[in-house]
Amino acid sequence: MSLREALEAGRFAVTSEVGPPKGIDVSAMMASAELLRGRVDALNVTDNQAAVMRLSTIAACVHLKQAGFEPVLQVTGRDRNRLAIQSDLLGAASLGITTVLALTGDHVVVGDHREAKAVFDLESVQILKVIADLNAGHDMTGHDLIGTPEFYPGAVVTPGSVPLEPQIAKFEKKIAAGARYFQTQAVFDIEAFAHFMSGARESGAKVLAGVVVLRSARMAHFMNKNIPGIAVPDGIIATLERSENPQQTGIEIAARFIDECKEVCDGVHIMAVGAEHLVPQILDAAGLTEVIA
Amino acid sequence: MIVVRLKPLAEICPMVAHHHRVLVVGCNTCAAVSLAGGEKEVETLVAALSLASSAKHETAQFEGDVVQRQCEPEFLEDLDASGYDAILSMGCGAGVAFIAENCQLPVYPALDTMFIGVSKGFGSWQAECSACGSCVLGETAGICPITRCAKGIMNGPCGGVQDGVCELGDRDCAWVLIHDRLAAQGRDKACSIGDPKDNAAKTLCPEWDMNKGHGESR
Repeated sequence: MSLREALEAGRFAVTSEVGPPKGIDVSAMMASAELLRGRVDALNVTDNQAAVMRLSTIAACVHLKQAGFEPVLQVTGRDRNRLAIQSDLLGAASLGITTVLALTGDHVVVGDHREAKAVFDLESVQILKVIADLNAGHDMTGHDLIGTPEFYPGAVVTPGSVPLEPQIAKFEKKIAAGARYFQTQAVFDIEAFAHFMSGARESGAKVLAGVVVLRSARMAHFMNKNIPGIAVPDGIIATLERSENPQQTGIEIAARFIDECKEVCDGVHIMAVGAEHLVPQILDAAGLTEVIA
Repeated sequence: MIVVRLKPLAEICPMVAHHHRVLVVGCNTCAAVSLAGGEKEVETLVAALSLASSAKHETAQFEGDVVQRQCEPEFLEDLDASGYDAILSMGCGAGVAFIAENCQLPVYPALDTMFIGVSKGFGSWQAECSACGSCVLGETAGICPITRCAKGIMNGPCGGVQDGVCELGDRDCAWVLIHDRLAAQGRDKACSIGDPKDNAAKTLCPEWDMNKGHGESR
């Protein structure tokens, strides 16, 4: 069952992500993926994440697909103009990679090639529109395609963005531009997230809540300080601080959150950030024990 | 106005080191208002270059002049460069280019041209326009997303915004500003999807001749 089929059938879906290496040895990436085999519906493959140059996303997707995983091709507008984006999308579809996630992309100057020209010819909303064009059998300028792709386009949203209203306006634009599913920035406060979802539900788009596995209070503080749109509540930080085994506590927190999400949204997107080995335990603890085929 | 900034002396000196008599030319419009290329700044640079030159026992001479606008032919007519073997322009890039086009001498830039912007207070300017050739300010409450969003996004804030500040940390998020101003004016909150920019509008417009009109210049 593909991610699309799972979400459209109303089954609670699980996605996670892997990052291509800086280099051509994909063994560590594949080992991370193996830890998640049978437990996730699909794996996002980042696109020069954080503007750090890495092995091509499409190539990494092919490696994963050949190993039996469903890759989610992340497409940003930072490094490619509209010709390259469309061309790469067609290339991906020709290789059977059709689950895609449109992003604007982190700015070049935060990465490891800060003197590069930042492209941003298209941004997330416009990339979604381009995907809809390609799905309709023509490119963004209206020229017919030979063979029509069937992309399943998704996007991201930050439910904890401050201020929230412009973020919601953009979320609505993404839906209007064709986003069928969303993965959110990491969320921790189920009530605040449920409030966001009460509005999002009306849109009909599927939402996978972003889950980051906290392994220490220090990590929570770091994220609050440095990652836009993330707010780990004080209560969670205090629990981690009190814990004698913060990693185990973090696993329990994540598992409880995922369990609560079952009533609130359509799935979860787990950002393990180096703790992929913990994901199976978390899913077990959240009652998501069935092996996803 | 065009906002300009003086290059470091360490970058200017080698450009003109091999010349004997250099005319430093200020520009009394944008560059003067930018506090980088007016009369006073020309005097200061001439003094600094002369000092640097004599400290290295070089013989180069530097003299100064200021024109009203380096980008207009009638003002360049006033410029007398006879007897000099190089010009160091304290104008924007257009000024440097136009002097170079209108005199036979090598012309060097003493300034870096930063952006089209406004004065935010003494000695402080902000970029407001990227001269993109297809203005959208009417829909964005007069705040240019091409210029003031680091990514030139046409459709609202990216996920990097934190408390209204851009992920680069050095500016306010243009889209939060746009959103707030539209709301304050009781206007539609930019609900329509902003199309990809027509980059051809600029690419195909290296010159603009109002006598020919839009159709022929684009």
